[in-house]
Amino acid sequence: MTDRRSFLRLAIMGAAGILVAGCDQISQSSWGPKILGKAEGLNRRVQALLSPSSAMAPEYSEADISAVFRANGTTMPTTEAYQALLANQFRDYKLQVDGLVSRPALLSIDDLKKLDTRTQITRHDCVEGWSVIGKWQGTALSAVLDHVGVDPQARFVVFHCFDEMEADTPYYESLGMEEARHPQTLLAYRLNDQALPVPNGAPLRLRIGRQLGYKQAKYLSRIELVHSFDAIADGNGGYWEDQGYEWYAGI
Amino acid sequence: MNTDTVAESPHSPANAPTPVVRARSTRLVYRHTLPIRLMHWINVIALSLMFFSGLQIFNASPVLSWGNRTVPGRELLALDARQDPAGHMVGVTRIGQHQFTTTGVLGVSNGSDGVPVARGFPSWLTVPGPNWLAMGRRWHFFFAWVFVLNGLCYIGYALVRRHLQRDLWPTRSDWRGIGRSIWDHVRFKHPQGAEALRYNILQRLAYLIVVFVFGIGIVLMGLAMSPRMDAVLSPLLTLVGGRQSARTIHFIIAWAFVAFLLVHVFEVLISGVFNQLRGMITGYFAIDCDRVDVVEPDPTIAAEERRHD
Repeated sequence: MTDRRSFLRLAIMGAAGILVAGCDQISQSSWGPKILGKAEGLNRRVQALLSPSSAMAPEYSEADISAVFRANGTTMPTTEAYQALLANQFRDYKLQVDGLVSRPALLSIDDLKKLDTRTQITRHDCVEGWSVIGKWQGTALSAVLDHVGVDPQARFVVFHCFDEMEADTPYYESLGMEEARHPQTLLAYRLNDQALPVPNGAPLRLRIGRQLGYKQAKYLSRIELVHSFDAIADGNGGYWEDQGYEWYAGI
Repeated sequence: MNTDTVAESPHSPANAPTPVVRARSTRLVYRHTLPIRLMHWINVIALSLMFFSGLQIFNASPVLSWGNRTVPGRELLALDARQDPAGHMVGVTRIGQHQFTTTGVLGVSNGSDGVPVARGFPSWLTVPGPNWLAMGRRWHFFFAWVFVLNGLCYIGYALVRRHLQRDLWPTRSDWRGIGRSIWDHVRFKHPQGAEALRYNILQRLAYLIVVFVFGIGIVLMGLAMSPRMDAVLSPLLTLVGGRQSARTIHFIIAWAFVAFLLVHVFEVLISGVFNQLRGMITGYFAIDCDRVDVVEPDPTIAAEERRHD
């Protein structure tokens, strides 16, 4: 019996050791992450089937709002362009909208307010696991897209940001047209009835109801309509996507 | 087909001169069908990898909360890292108002280079070993699909082959014997002979709860954490109290699976580990014929009735 027991113990420890070491080997390999990443496409397609593109993220009441809206990632962009705008309390701020559009535009926050304004209390889920609830005021992205006239060739909306994650590596993100035109997709300029604070992305950030926090780019400088994001940075559609995170962040 | 007789061949002249006591006493019965064996081991792999990669994901925010929001200071569980006056890292596990020093395992443990770092669960419990949330998510979602598809195949197969109705659903006499069964388990007494082929009431309840409460529950709680799915799962979210509640329940069920696994492996160890492993690998399970006190006119039919898919 003792022989059997020690054999079994060795077998279990050996199996666990091989499992953990093997997983790390696969994670480092060129093929492993690609195979494991196949789940992303499945998640995106199946979730689109189960949760239609028109479905709305839950909205909450004033009583549910978090006392502090936790800020993650950049909390103070250090680029010269941003610092110059901040020094003037963003009075000179204009959002550039271009790419595959019929009427490229430069829009101030007031211009955006004239296009559309709406308020929503939604939950923000970080990829790390925590959630906060905040009240957002902003302009529906769809109103901006209609204003500039989107070329039928355009498939993605790319959000360029003022903040750099590393030297010469600006934050950016991208959305498909369906998510971009969802009624809860906002360009937000107010949080909890105050001007958007700098740690949360002043003067303008993206808010989407049905994807994780890293998709919701802060410090927006420019919106570009493109057919493909292959040529932007490392070509994965976003800063965190270039670090190995999923482009589809619905789960 | 379903019944094998070990070395027993009374008409064979080779066997005639020697006594065949041992040969007469055990019989190999085909107990687990190939699909069940395959699905069992696929499940072992998928659940292990989801558990280890799940702890990697948990480590990105090593706290549990209730409701929809994470409220700092009001966590149900927090694996913190602090510094003592001498500047050493101290791991502190906080459950509600209670605190425990858990340096080395929870809150603070050695990184791959042997230096203590702040991390919820230690690197030997996470896939991948180092802090790597993006990769942990890839492992988790890949094997979540393996787990879900394998689980759906299992439930479908168990229904169609009546494994569920025949072997898992408790009969009235099972319920009547529950006190006896608990007493047998407490004394580590296991049925012998043909009775060993039949799942007892506690086994039936355990398997049903693991499949239909833990299995379905953990998948639903995982989906309730998805912001896209929450656009249609609002009622479920309200039912459990919110997204952070769903995350907490997901975590608790994961550890409930571990608790089940410990009991399951313990029972396998004390009820004849090699026989049980052979049963789940080759399908054949040995029973002791001496203890069989029923008359079996046709062993093939008797085994067919008793077979566990």
